[in-house]
Amino acid sequence: MSILTWTYIMVGITFSLYLSIAWIARVKTTSGFYVAGGGVSPLANGMATAADWMSAASFISMAGLISFMGYTGSIYLLGWTGGYVLLALLLAPYLRKFGKFTVPDFVGDRYYSDIARFVALICAIFVSFTYVAGQMRGVGIVFSRFLEVDVNTGVLIGMAIVFFYASLGGMKGITYTQVAQYLVLIVAYLVPAIAISLKITGTFLPQLGFGSTIAEGPNAGKYLLDVLNHLNADLGFAEYTKAFGQGSKSMLDVFCITMALMVGTAGLPHVIVRFYTVPSVRAARLSAGYALLFIAILYTTAPAIASFARYNMINSISGVEYSKAPTWFKNWEKTGLIAWSDKNQDGIIEYFPGDPFTGKPTFTGEKGSYGQELLSNSPTDNKNELFIDRDIMVLANPEIANLPPWVIALVAAGGLAAALSTASGLLLVISSSISHDLYYRLINRNASEKQRLMVGRIMIGLAVCVAGYFGIHPPGFVAQVVAFAFGLAASSFFPIIVLGIFFKRANREGAICGMIAGISFTCYYIVNIKFLGGTPWLLGISAEGIGTVGMLINFIVTLLVSFITAPPPADVQEMVENIRFPRGAGASIDH
Amino acid sequence: MKKDLKMYWKKNLSLMVVLLSIWAIVSYGFGIIFVEQLNAIKIAGFPLGFWFAQQGAIYIFVVLIFIYYFIMKKVDEEYDVHE
Repeated sequence: MSILTWTYIMVGITFSLYLSIAWIARVKTTSGFYVAGGGVSPLANGMATAADWMSAASFISMAGLISFMGYTGSIYLLGWTGGYVLLALLLAPYLRKFGKFTVPDFVGDRYYSDIARFVALICAIFVSFTYVAGQMRGVGIVFSRFLEVDVNTGVLIGMAIVFFYASLGGMKGITYTQVAQYLVLIVAYLVPAIAISLKITGTFLPQLGFGSTIAEGPNAGKYLLDVLNHLNADLGFAEYTKAFGQGSKSMLDVFCITMALMVGTAGLPHVIVRFYTVPSVRAARLSAGYALLFIAILYTTAPAIASFARYNMINSISGVEYSKAPTWFKNWEKTGLIAWSDKNQDGIIEYFPGDPFTGKPTFTGEKGSYGQELLSNSPTDNKNELFIDRDIMVLANPEIANLPPWVIALVAAGGLAAALSTASGLLLVISSSISHDLYYRLINRNASEKQRLMVGRIMIGLAVCVAGYFGIHPPGFVAQVVAFAFGLAASSFFPIIVLGIFFKRANREGAICGMIAGISFTCYYIVNIKFLGGTPWLLGISAEGIGTVGMLINFIVTLLVSFITAPPPADVQEMVENIRFPRGAGASIDH
Repeated sequence: MKKDLKMYWKKNLSLMVVLLSIWAIVSYGFGIIFVEQLNAIKIAGFPLGFWFAQQGAIYIFVVLIFIYYFIMKKVDEEYDVHE
């Protein structure tokens, strides 16, 4: 059977699975809709959290990024896992005991202020939309590459499916669908990784494989990472395992980016809300453990895939004549994710540091003398002739390793599962922020349960349309706004939630000033660098890492202002006291 | 009763401090600040600092959360605040 047939089969089976689960888990109450009725087991919630967390970017792009960055790629590995320790120890158990629906709920109640609630609400919506735009685009891209439909058609199919199961099942439907999506995506990630690890090193576990010796070929018997270091050095790149070398980020910057990603993770509303769905405080702690365990399975495989892919890529195409290049090279050349500009007219693919030409490849439609696609981009004056999109590392991996067509189809289904699970979780946060925090808490306190469910479903519909719009007309700044999502989450929610739990004296005035100071500084710095072309003036910290400084500012301002203004009222202090002890958590309550 | 709860909270806080210190040492310490020194040591094909940054720290993160879960489960019951 062809790859396309296999892909239709795999995608068809997995999608019918998701839709049946959504139908079985459909809900009728607001608490089922927002927090799955608080009755999800820690194991299931852990899997759902993992699927929610691992997006198209984790599944498709991360290993490729690490492959090109070497050691510096650790910022993503550490940053996107370490935040769960903060969640498990500092946030999840207490927010679960508090037991309301959303993050703005906690902020609004703990700081007895609708202004604080409103600021938190705006941040939650902004962060979630930033994220979801990228996911819908991811769905479109995976569809177009593997099902051979137009990207926009792909986005539309994805929108319809997400709308169906999110509006029908709410959090409950989404949670159980995400459990299935986790299983699909993790199998799709591991199968090719194990096959490639066996092929290159003869070791079954990729996690051990990339520290093992190469099994055959001219480098047989040498450690893979040593060989990679040599290959990189010979071509003029920094050694693969070397930290903070020439051309890579400074130690301070790596530190700040890692911290901003960790703290940002712990502050992301769609991650936090997952811990309201379990039955007890103890279950919330355990569920964070399971979540990280399931995430770690993918995150410890990714760096292995990265180094295998780097080795395969350099070996099979660098310095090879185009006419003898492997077939996957020509297959992916058609998609524009790989391109070759024969600068010195010798017919050999030469790979060196630097961009081969300016911008993304645009083909003229004509073929060169070796059969390659000709480019209309203006070449740069370095020696590099090869353009490779980093996404290719995971997507083309099965082809590079000569795996059967069903594995390629499985990777497509896995990529879709990763993008859809994250998109649906985010859409629910957006809808609950608007229907619960804005409509019910701030506009109409007398709304009946039925009305609120209705508003919730309408909001999911609207959110899907807006997300779809951004998926079809992606703003040019998607890559830039990711720094925003984490920077904002780190500099807004995290400090005031932590202080809200561990520091009784933190009050309304402090929280509002702290949030505003943290967000303003972070926004100013990021906008200045990413949109106005400014330099990273603060000790060279990049826009991705500045959330760390924003967070510190938020902490300091909240503390200072809290000390010079009146302490919070007695009932709020009592509430803080109360959330510190697990007993009496009950189900997540409506209020 | 009140005094007991204070003790419970203190125990929780000190456990947190210990676990978060380990969290910081393996990631920011071994994986970032001392990565170059640790890279001089090799275990199989892995330079040690690189291994902590791309593998080791993540395993330890998982273990830390489960340790917190098991110890707090005991402490909750000891102070009779469990659900």
